[in-house]
Amino acid sequence: MEKFTTYEGLVVPLDRANVDTDAIIPKQFLKSIKRSGFGPNAFDEWRYLDHGEPGMDNANRIKNPDFILNQQRYQGASILLVRSNFGCGSSREHAPWALQDFGFRAILGESFADIFFNNCFKNGLLPIVLPKAEIDALFLLTKSTPGFRITVDLAAQVVSRPDGHKIPFVVDAFRKECLLNGWDDIDLTLRQAEKIRAFEAQRRIEQPWLFA
Amino acid sequence: MSKTLYDKLWENHVVHVEADGTALLYIDRHLVHEVTSPQAFEGLKLAGRKPWRVSSIVATADHNTPTDHWEKGIQDPVSRQQVETLDANIHEVGALAYFPFKDKRQGIVHVIGPEQGATLPGMTVVCGDSHTSTHGAFACLAHGIGTSEVEHVLATQCLLQKKSKAMLIKIEGKVGAGVTAKDIVLALIGKIGTAGGTGYAIEFGGPAIRALSMEGRMTVCNMAIEAGARVGFVAVDETTIEYLKGRTFAPKAADWEKATAYWRTLVSDADAPFDAVVELDASEIAPQVTWGTSPEMVASIEGNVPAPEDFSDPVKREGVARALEYMGLVPHTPINQIMIDKVFIGSCTNSRIEDLRAAAAVAKGRHVAANVKLALVVPGSGLVKHQAEAEGLDKIFLAAGFEWRQPGCSMCLAMNDDRLLPGERCASTSNRNFEGRQGNGGRTHLLSPAMAVAAAIAGHFSDVRELTS
Repeated sequence: MEKFTTYEGLVVPLDRANVDTDAIIPKQFLKSIKRSGFGPNAFDEWRYLDHGEPGMDNANRIKNPDFILNQQRYQGASILLVRSNFGCGSSREHAPWALQDFGFRAILGESFADIFFNNCFKNGLLPIVLPKAEIDALFLLTKSTPGFRITVDLAAQVVSRPDGHKIPFVVDAFRKECLLNGWDDIDLTLRQAEKIRAFEAQRRIEQPWLFA
Repeated sequence: MSKTLYDKLWENHVVHVEADGTALLYIDRHLVHEVTSPQAFEGLKLAGRKPWRVSSIVATADHNTPTDHWEKGIQDPVSRQQVETLDANIHEVGALAYFPFKDKRQGIVHVIGPEQGATLPGMTVVCGDSHTSTHGAFACLAHGIGTSEVEHVLATQCLLQKKSKAMLIKIEGKVGAGVTAKDIVLALIGKIGTAGGTGYAIEFGGPAIRALSMEGRMTVCNMAIEAGARVGFVAVDETTIEYLKGRTFAPKAADWEKATAYWRTLVSDADAPFDAVVELDASEIAPQVTWGTSPEMVASIEGNVPAPEDFSDPVKREGVARALEYMGLVPHTPINQIMIDKVFIGSCTNSRIEDLRAAAAVAKGRHVAANVKLALVVPGSGLVKHQAEAEGLDKIFLAAGFEWRQPGCSMCLAMNDDRLLPGERCASTSNRNFEGRQGNGGRTHLLSPAMAVAAAIAGHFSDVRELTS
């Protein structure tokens, strides 16, 4: 997994609540058996004026000029600013894959749906929960300041605005370590292989019907 | 100390705990389907790892499979490749059971797990699908997971998970005639919102939940994720045990006695502490219909479409305005005056035999309205289809003008050919009314199977209680 330490980038505001994973990556793109290449279809139904299908030449499709990600001033954005319950709905990991492939490294919001939140960490994409007042302020600043950039420092657990305002955030210690080091979950878990085997052996005795 | 059912299920599966409380939970059952597994199998192979315990795997193809013309196979080459990839992966690694496309036991993964007795009380169940919460109806800790976690479970038989807070949702009283499990859960989501359960494990209890069949409990638990909760469950009682008796993978003989004795302990202790308690009076719930693009945007069939001005929070107001525009609805329109184009009865929420019986009871001797272009009934599995046909339900649906299809996820998420066209309005027994969910530009209204039939017959949403009383 790609490490995440300190990251500085351009912010784009996606000002709506309850953005679901069907919106982040529509179902027709889930037919791929690959892990990459979803970026051009992130937010497909909002981003393009035509209907997208796998295999289309996305470069030649007509973009929706009203959609925020298509606006000139936000080109190259790598930090996504969102409202509440972002990533609700389906468990599709294609959603964080699409956001990451698009170029996002961090998402700042009031709240995230559980499964999506979890999936982000598995892919080096950092979801950060901030208080509503801070998110409101960031929306105002981002909209009013062309080229608005922020810095995310995972080790210090701080988001820094260009005006020097620092916003602390909370992250699970275990997840933080994994991201800072780019550790692979499976390698870590397999270090407990003996414990898993012992647990399994005991379970086989106590509830043999689970192992039929 | 007294424990919640969640405490008991959790503690029974903890293998290891990190300093910050992140736990390794042992996984008993791993359900696998074609959409979220190919990258996991590939990752496993690239890393040179073997699956930890293939006898935990029950697999089927459901999301991409067509619901008609099975003799032609899967026409869409991209869908076909995904299903064939699952065939190849399961062929290579093995499984406790695999129900491939066209197998008579094939179906929606959340229908076949319980139907086969492969979902048992006290299990941890995972699947790369958010509606895995369905299996909580059997007092399972059932998590929807992402593909990285599918790979993690394949490789280690464990899931990394932090314990959630515990929420009790008590549905008091008794539902009125014509009010179903679907109405209960939609009314609940309307009350607590789609993020109301975020960070919680939800136990559904109270007399109205106890009175539900296993099918009804599955409908409620299925939509726990629509309330934001990754897991939702119901304590074991005689209804649970009765359902499981004699199922293919359920324990037999001496094991059955031992298992049921254990299962009966899978209830919250009387004074167990919950972090949150929500109560709802079942007798006050009328049949529900969603009007927006989030399951929390729901009203009673007696209600009206709201206006953005009804909401004080500016983000919410904006969301409602956008939803109404997408849905092509005018504020204050009575719900029962909204005309529909299509009807979908199916999905992991409402495609079990009880759902089809309830739908057929309303359809019997009636006919789909002329303005309804398509009314689909898609059974949840081959066995549900077979049972329905043995009871003559297929004939009732066909006589009423419905199409009777092969099992699969179908128009719940429209990965196959069953979908809405832009602007079409659908009465759907599925679980999500998100923009584009049932097809680009399609407009989805969620409701119960009986209410879907009532809408099909009237051509607009209609109170099923007026048809059946």
